[in-house]
Amino acid sequence: MSDRSQLSAWLAQHLDARNIDKIERLSGGASRETYHFVADGRPLVVQLQRPGSERSLPDEAELVRLVARHAVPVAPMVASGTDGTGAGFLITELVPGETIARRILRDQRYEMARSLLAGQLGAALGVLHAIDSDEADHLQALDQLVAARSYLDELDIASPVFELALRWLAAHRPPPSGLGIVHGDFRLGNFVIDEGGLVAVLDWELAHLGDPMEDLGWLCSKAWRFGSRAPVAGVGEYDQLYRAYERESGVAVDSGVVLWWRVLATLKWGTMCVGQARVHLDGLTRSHELAAIGRRVSQTEHDLLTELEGRW
Amino acid sequence: MVSEVDDVYGSPTAEELLQAVREWLERELVAEGTGRQRFDARVAANVLAIVERELAHGDRHRRRHAERLASLGITDDRTLAALIRSGDADHRLAEIAATVGETVADRLAVDDPGYPT
Repeated sequence: MSDRSQLSAWLAQHLDARNIDKIERLSGGASRETYHFVADGRPLVVQLQRPGSERSLPDEAELVRLVARHAVPVAPMVASGTDGTGAGFLITELVPGETIARRILRDQRYEMARSLLAGQLGAALGVLHAIDSDEADHLQALDQLVAARSYLDELDIASPVFELALRWLAAHRPPPSGLGIVHGDFRLGNFVIDEGGLVAVLDWELAHLGDPMEDLGWLCSKAWRFGSRAPVAGVGEYDQLYRAYERESGVAVDSGVVLWWRVLATLKWGTMCVGQARVHLDGLTRSHELAAIGRRVSQTEHDLLTELEGRW
Repeated sequence: MVSEVDDVYGSPTAEELLQAVREWLERELVAEGTGRQRFDARVAANVLAIVERELAHGDRHRRRHAERLASLGITDDRTLAALIRSGDADHRLAEIAATVGETVADRLAVDDPGYPT
C-alpha cells in the first residue's frame, strides 16, 4: 500500500473514520512501514507488514495487548489484523513524547527524566519478565548464542575479535536465569520519554522467549549508551536498574550474568553492523548511511576487547 | 598547505579533493540544512573523513597488522579466526586478544577517533 490516497481510504474504512489526514511516513524498516496519521482528530500510528516479511504484526499485537494487561507501559492498541492482500497491520495510539536518544540524553528538559529512567526501565523489565511465559507461547524460543554464531556464518565474517568473543561466551555461559518474555531490543530509541521519564515501550518486533537477563545486558551494552558514560542506557547506574528490577520481578540480579549478556549484546550488534552494510553492498537498499554503519564494527571490536580484558 | 608533488596526478591530490568536498558538505549542508538532509549530510561528511584518515594512515596500519599476524605465526585474519574457532588457541587467547587489539585501535583511529574508550 505505497499509495497515500489508497492508504488513506483503507484507514478510513477500517477505522470507520470520516477524516484521515496528516499521513507522514516515519521509518523504512526492513520488514515493515510505519506512518503517523490523524483519524477524526485522533493521532494514531499504523505499521504495515512488507510482502515476504516473516514477522507477524497480528502476533505482535497480541503480545502488546498481553503485556499491557500486566501494566507494562506500551502504546495503546487500536486495531490489528490482515488487510485485503493478507499483509499484517497494527494500529496504535500515538503516545506523545520524545524517542530520539540524542535529545533524551542531552536536552535540559529531560534532566529529571534522566535521573529516574534507569529505575523506571528496571521496573518495566521486572514487570515484563514476571509474566508467565506460558501466556505467550506463540513466541519463539531461540538460543541467542547459537543464533549469533549462525548469523556470523551466514554473513561469512572472518573476525578474530568476534571469534575470541564467541570462544569466551561458550566457555563462560551462565546457567539460565529463567524463561520469560524478552523484548529483544530494549534500549533508547524504542522508548517514549517525557519530562517525567518512561511513558511507553515501543517496537516489540524482536520479542521472543528466553533468558530475561538478555534484556538487561542489551540495555547496558555500550552501543546503547550513545556516547554517554553512564552504563544503563547512557543515563543511570547499574544499582538503580537492578534494585527496581528485583523489586518488581522478585528475581535477584547477578552482575556477572548481566556482563555475559552484555558481551553477547556487543557481539550481536557488531554482526548487525556488518549485516546493515551488506544490505547496501548487496544492492538491496543503496544507502551511504548503511555503508557507514559497516565502519562501526571497529567500535564493537574495541568494546568486546575492553569488556573481556583480564577475563581470559 | 600544499602537499608533496605528485608527478602523475598533480595537484590537488586525492586527499585534498576529498577534503574540499567534505568541507563543502559541512559548511553548506550540515551547518545550514534541516532535518533529514542535514542528517544525511553529516553522515556523508563522516564517511569522507574516514576515507581521508584511511588514505593518511592506511599503509602504515596494514604493514603493522601484517607484522602482528606474523608474530603469531599467521598470514591473514581468516586463518586466525579459524584457529581461534577450532579451540587450538585456547591456551593463548589473552596473547591473541592483546595483539589484535592493537589493530583494532588502529582501525578505530581511522573509523572514529572520537569514540569514547
